Amino acid sequence: MQAVRVPPAQIADLSVLPLREVNAALHVQSVTPEIGHWRLVKPLGQHAIACGLDAEIEVDIDGHVGYYCAGMNQRATVRINGNAGVGLAENMMSGTVIVRGDASQAAGATGHGGLLVVEGNASARCGISMKGIDIVVGGSVGHMSAFMAQAGNLVVLGDAGEALGDSIYEARLFVRGSVKSLGADCVEKPMTTPLYAELGELLERSGFGSIDPTSFRRYGSARRLYNFHVDNVGAY
Amino acid sequence: MCGIVGLFLKDERLSTALGELLAPMLLSMSERGPDSAGFAIYDDGVAGTLKITLQSSGETSPFEALAEALAGGAGCSVDATVRANHCVLTVPETAVDRVVAWIAAARPELNVTSIGRRIEIYKDTGLPGDVCDRFGLAKMRGTHAIGHTRMATESAVTTDGAHPFSTGPDQCLVHNGSLSNHNTLRRNLTHDGLHFRTDNDSEVAAAYLTWRMRQGMNLAAALDVALDDLDGFYTFVVGTETGFGVLRDPIACKPAVMAETEAYVAFGSEYRALVGLPDIQKARVWEPDPATVYFWERAA
Repeated sequence: MQAVRVPPAQIADLSVLPLREVNAALHVQSVTPEIGHWRLVKPLGQHAIACGLDAEIEVDIDGHVGYYCAGMNQRATVRINGNAGVGLAENMMSGTVIVRGDASQAAGATGHGGLLVVEGNASARCGISMKGIDIVVGGSVGHMSAFMAQAGNLVVLGDAGEALGDSIYEARLFVRGSVKSLGADCVEKPMTTPLYAELGELLERSGFGSIDPTSFRRYGSARRLYNFHVDNVGAY
Repeated sequence: MCGIVGLFLKDERLSTALGELLAPMLLSMSERGPDSAGFAIYDDGVAGTLKITLQSSGETSPFEALAEALAGGAGCSVDATVRANHCVLTVPETAVDRVVAWIAAARPELNVTSIGRRIEIYKDTGLPGDVCDRFGLAKMRGTHAIGHTRMATESAVTTDGAHPFSTGPDQCLVHNGSLSNHNTLRRNLTHDGLHFRTDNDSEVAAAYLTWRMRQGMNLAAALDVALDDLDGFYTFVVGTETGFGVLRDPIACKPAVMAETEAYVAFGSEYRALVGLPDIQKARVWEPDPATVYFWERAA
């Protein structure tokens, strides 16, 4: 038997304790770090669980969560052993959020940094307006994913729905399966050796180390929308 | 906003608990729709009879002596079960038109909320929990049920504006969203003989499906063509005598979560609505895809 690497978790039963108190106890860890590992049980689909964390702590959530789980995360690692509702890890700055099941719409929206792993499927608008976050989805993503994406990587092991990367700025999109359609100004781009290495490293960090990075196709901005086009520079 | 819940039982042993399971689902969606609530519940019918659910907009004891008056006025014996300001009449199938005509003429303050072999619809203004208590939902039994909590946008906060809407025998619809072409559709459907009680956009969606099913389509086919003809935002849950269907608009504007076990199929606007269902931890829980018809049916 391998020695236990993490101390036993502080267990909080969300069917009994008010969520506001539990979130407050997690927030305190950024000021006075005392408990490094938390296990939140019976989340009952409540909204805004483990939001606004800013400490190097681990939080396991056993069950399905509602909207905006792990939003605005910094430094913390949040694992959801279930499905997540709308707006998972919205505006994440750093840290890691892992969902063992599916995520609903707008997972990782506007994220600036950190890593979001959805082991199942993510539905519509995954990574909308992403600004530097890395998002790795084990299944498929719904329509309008990476809409107006600005920076970061969206990696999809399954398929992508309609209008992938619509009005994209500069994020990189990697899809292993089919893409139903590309959005405005999103085009397929060539893969390069350094990119394969980078993608391989990201897959490894996400628990998908066995997946071959050369099995992905890359998509990104054609830079032909009005703002990018040199002919329009005189308008400014 | 609005909240939707639905429960379709596959295991008949749960039928005595249907109301008890649905009531907390509706209650959990109070924040999504605190101004009115309603539900349609499908129970066993009695051969040769139909159920007419009446809602009274009048004052006290509107249903007193209604059965006797009907026996005299419409010339048939009816069975009446009163629940608050609603009353379910069980009427011989052959006498339904006569009874409805008599009520319209003699008791205009009574509104027909549904007619069918198995459907009963209860709806009213107020908090979902109060509405459930008022009608005693927790004690009701049945095979499937659909509920709605309303935050009004497209028409007034009235009992008439509350969901579900029923526009055909044993049919009902609840809606989260708003339709943008409902006036045009209402005109066209009125021309084709459908009747509307309200200015509500959701009633138009219900009537549209009724119209399609009158043309011979089953619910799944009717929902499929609705994707072309209805413009706007919608998550619909629809009930028929034996079936239960779900449809979301192509951009999936309004939320939806489903769960399925050996014993049931359940729908909720949010997962919070499903947490009290038996064995929910073992259920397959998923988000229905946009522009995709989901449909379950049991043998009649």
